[in-house]
Formats: sequence, C-alpha cells, structure tokens
Amino acid sequence: MNSLLLALVGVGMILAGYFLYSKFLSSKIYALDDSRPTPAHQLQDGVDYVPTNKYVLWGHHFTSVAGAAPIVGPAVAVIWGWLPAFLWVTIGTIFFAGMHDMGALWASIRNRGQSIGALSGRYIGARGRNLFLVVIFLLLLMVNAAFSVVIANLLIATPTAVIPTWGALVVAFLVGQAIYRFRWNLGLVSVVGVVALYALIMVGDNVPLALPETMMGLPAKSVWIILLFVYAGVASMLPVWMLLQPRDYINGLQLFIALGILYGSVLIARPEIVAPSFNTNVPDGTPGIVPLLFVTIACGAISGFHGMVSSGTSSKQLAKESDARFVGYFGAVGEGLLALGAIIATTAGFQTLADWENVYQAFNDGGVNAFVEGGGNIIEAGLGLPQSLSATIMATTAILFAATTMDTGVRLQRFVVQEVGEIAGVNLKKGLATVIAVGIALALTFGAGADGSGGMLIWPLFGTTNQLMAALTLSIVAIMLLRRGRTPLPALIPLVFVGAMTVYALFVQLVTFYEQRNWLLLVLDIVILVAALWVIVEAFAAMRHARGYQGDDDEELAELAASHAAARDGRSED
Amino acid sequence: MTSRRPRSRLSQVAAGLREFYAGPYRRTFARARRDEDDLFLVLVMAEALGVPNPVSYYTVELLPAVYDQFHDWHRRMGMDRSPLDSISCC
Repeated sequence: MNSLLLALVGVGMILAGYFLYSKFLSSKIYALDDSRPTPAHQLQDGVDYVPTNKYVLWGHHFTSVAGAAPIVGPAVAVIWGWLPAFLWVTIGTIFFAGMHDMGALWASIRNRGQSIGALSGRYIGARGRNLFLVVIFLLLLMVNAAFSVVIANLLIATPTAVIPTWGALVVAFLVGQAIYRFRWNLGLVSVVGVVALYALIMVGDNVPLALPETMMGLPAKSVWIILLFVYAGVASMLPVWMLLQPRDYINGLQLFIALGILYGSVLIARPEIVAPSFNTNVPDGTPGIVPLLFVTIACGAISGFHGMVSSGTSSKQLAKESDARFVGYFGAVGEGLLALGAIIATTAGFQTLADWENVYQAFNDGGVNAFVEGGGNIIEAGLGLPQSLSATIMATTAILFAATTMDTGVRLQRFVVQEVGEIAGVNLKKGLATVIAVGIALALTFGAGADGSGGMLIWPLFGTTNQLMAALTLSIVAIMLLRRGRTPLPALIPLVFVGAMTVYALFVQLVTFYEQRNWLLLVLDIVILVAALWVIVEAFAAMRHARGYQGDDDEELAELAASHAAARDGRSED
Repeated sequence: MTSRRPRSRLSQVAAGLREFYAGPYRRTFARARRDEDDLFLVLVMAEALGVPNPVSYYTVELLPAVYDQFHDWHRRMGMDRSPLDSISCC
C-alpha cells in the first residue's frame, strides 16, 4: 500500500464527510438557522461574547483542541496494524467527532453559550453537574501527568530538540515584549518569530544536549519531568501576555506549517507502508484490539475535550448558526488529518518491516518516538532535508503541542483546586494552589516508580476519561434532539458505541491493574468506572423523560431568560 | 460601526492575525484590567471608606470619574448595597 494512496483515500473520506454528512446534520438534525441571533450577538460584551470571523474562530478552535493526543494515540495504536487505526480515525472523525464537536457547539448556542458543565446540570440534573466536575478534574490530572512523560521521552530520544524546545520559550517571551512593550507590527513579529523558531531547530540539530544519566540519584527522565512541572507551574502564574499568549500563537502558526510540511512530503516522496495492515504478530503483553483501540486513539477520532472547548469558548464567538458546521465539524476534520498524518508517519516512515517491528517491540514502546523517526524519514525523502534535521522538526512540533496543552492544563487545574478550596471554605492563594495542582500530577507520574512510568501507564485511562466526557456531551445532544421531536440516532449510535467501549476497556484495565498490584491506578480506574456507569444511568433516565417532554425547549429557555432579565431590571430599579 | 470602504486583503489578513493573537486571551486581560481598576477605585475612595489617604487632594478630583463604576465595584466586593451614605447608587 502506498502512503499517498492512503492519504488521498483518508482525506477524501473525511472531506466527503464534511461536504455530505455535516450538511445533513446542519439542515436536518441540528436545523441551523441564520435568522436566529447567536449568543455572540445577543450577549455581546467585547470579552467572552464576540462575533468572530469563522476562519479566525476555526483557527482558535483548532489550535485549542489539537494537542499531542492525536499524535500519541494513533502512534501507539498502529501496533495492531495500520488498517484498524486508519478506519477508526476516518470513520470516527466523520460520524463521531464531527457530529460531537458540532453538536456541542449547537447545544451551547441554543443555551446562551453555556458550557457542557452547565448544560449537564440543566438536562441531566445536579448529579450530572457533579459528575462533570469529577471527570474534568481527572482529565486534567491525566493530561498533565501523561504529557510531561511524553515530552521527557522525546527530549531523551531526540537530544537535538532540547535547544529548540527551551529556546521557543525565549522566542515567545521576546514576541510578547515586542508586541506589548514596543508595539511592533504583529505580521512582522510573527514572521520573525517563526524564522527564529526554525533557526533554533537548526542550531539544536547541530548541538544536541543530553542530561547526565543520573542526577542526585534520579534518572534523566525524572529530572526532565520535574523541570517541566517547575516550568509549567511558573508559566501558569506569570501574566499571560508574557509567555502563554505569544507561545500559543507561535505554536499555532508552527502547527499549520508542520502539517503542511508532513503532507507535502508524503505527496512528493510517496513512501510505501511497511507495517502490516493487520498485525497478527503483536508483541507479548499487547492488550486486545477491542476495546483498547478505541480508547487509545482518543482525540484522533472522538474527544470529550473538544466538547469543552466548543461549548466553553467557541460557542460564545460564533457569528452565525451556520458557522457551527465549519468551526465544529471542520475543527474535527483538522484533528482527524493530524491523526492520519501520525498513522502515515509511523507506518510508512520506516525502510523495512523489520525496522518497524524493532521500534514496536512492546505496547506503548513505539508511540510518539516512532512518529518523530518515521515522520523525519518521510520529510527527508520528500523535501531532501537531512534525517536528523527532519526528526528535530517533528520532535519539536510534537513537544510544542504537548507543552502548550500541559501549561494550560496546569493553569486550569489550579483554578479547579482554588474552586474546590472555596467550596471547602479555604481561600487558596495562587502559589499554593499551583503547588497542589503540580504536586498531585507529580504524585501520579511517579506513583508507579521513580522513572515516571506512571504517566504513560495512565494513557489508556486518559482515553477512557476523555471518551466518558464525550459520552456526557453526546447524551446532552441526544436529549435536546428528543425534546425537539427529531431523531436522536446520529448522537445515540456514537453514544452507545463509545459508552460500551469505555466501560469494557475500564473492566479490562481493572483486571490488569489488579494483576500488576498497581493500587493507585486501580483506585483511579474504579472512580472512572463508577462515573461512567453513573453517566449511563443518569443519561438514559433523562432521555426517557425527554421523550415524553411536551413543549418547546427554545421557547422555554427564552422565557427563562426574559424572567431573569425582568428580575434583574426590577432589582436595579429599587 | 462598520466601514463601507473596501479594505485591502493585506489589512484583512493583519486583522485576522491580530484576532488570532488576542482572541483566546480576551477574557484574561479583561479580568486583569478589572482587578487593576478595583485597586484604583479603592485608592480613590480610600478616604470615604475611612482609610487615611495622604494624597486625597489629588484623588478627590477623580471621584466624579469613578462614580459610574462604583455600583459594579461594591457588588463585586460582596456588598449588595452601597457602603457609603454619600453614594446611593442602588
């Protein structure tokens, strides 16, 4: 099988999904209607609610949802062969992710831009809301722990990426200063910033840096993990204009460039796929393809995190209802293309099957390092760049993806910790809350050993939590469709599938963790399992209730909003 | 207010870039600015709130400028009603 053919078939399928299925969804299922004012217009405040050009909004949405997960998931999952991963990424993007992301946007714009957390309170009840808090806490915890390990592994496997990785912080810092302090032209600063980033990649390629094998009795990987958490903690407390904002921006630009380089190289080099379509010769200890495939490729096919972004920020900026199709569905398409790129890089980027098998010696062994090596080989063949430079580009890209998600994750976790503190009546200061957020994630990372192996062990658990979140969003969409008397099947079928796979995977992992005597992960698994079963019971009860619902959901909401407004006006008059 | 003059493609791209840069952090900046404004308000209102203010000669001139924000400020600070007899905003 030639990788170009695979890329063309995959891109063709996903684009057909966008042009055909999303059109069906927008007209028949969600009934998007441009004559209805969106929350961005109704509640315009120049801060959260701002009508935004759909291309710019898509850029925001896509760069927020695209982290390391669509690379790591498929890169691990190709151990079962390229075909299952390919099918799940394409079919998942078309019928699961696109539907889910667009649905979350739709559900939110029909509810004054409220987030999935608030919507679960409205449609599933107060318990649904509590459940949401538990799931979000676990999800952030796992993101922080797993991504720190992903980055540490990459820094060790690709020492040439060390300078560009840390140098990117300096570039971002200078970009922030140039824009806010010196008020330089943004276009010019962007070009200089990206050029500087690539210059750093070239410097790094010539000057590889590696930590000593052990420092203060800790292996190099553990030292990197600790350094990363120190960085994320500090970055999350600095004013955002100094580091996070320019860093997200430069990384966003780099994301588009890297995707262009990878697909451009596939187009030119057209490498053959060396990995088997179905791998029957899986290494010992590899878990079964069903259900683990579906939770390993989390964000490449369907991700609850997308629903959070859709309903949290994107929905408040949607200028027209019909833009939900482009922003929501096409956002999922972007993520699907990234996952497809990862599959191609990890299966076509090697010379022979033996080379490939050498990398995929055990489950979780290949992963993102295979993406760097394979992707580097493809770029070398396509654009003629030296192999090590190509690998450095891929490694830096993957690290930057993971690092931006991680520092945002630590920031969000700090907010959650502060909120929990408020509920408990303790006023937690920013510094202490950050220390707690970082401390919990470190405990999880090092929970399975001093080498930080706990972080990667929880990867499938990250997938299940993410899927659980997606199930929560899909159940809200299904309830809203039922209340409007429309068919809930486009949401219900993915919901049942995702729910079943999540629960099945949790049971499989429960047994594994018990056999390994890994009590920390076992407890986490049980918490997620209880939450999953709880979601299912609550959601189906709410759906039964919604079937008998008489009335107009939108009208009810409009009346509620009007009564709130009247009460507010009444208060301000006296 | 929208301008009817056709904008050049380049300036549209520049506007898009600016939006791409600033959009995700609008809320954070609004919050930081509000915090700064709150501090400023406390300084201006210090004397009225019973805090000795060495520069009241200057701050008193600013009082009329902050009246409009006062209501939102005392609500944010957790006081349902205005704490000052001299300002009955609600």
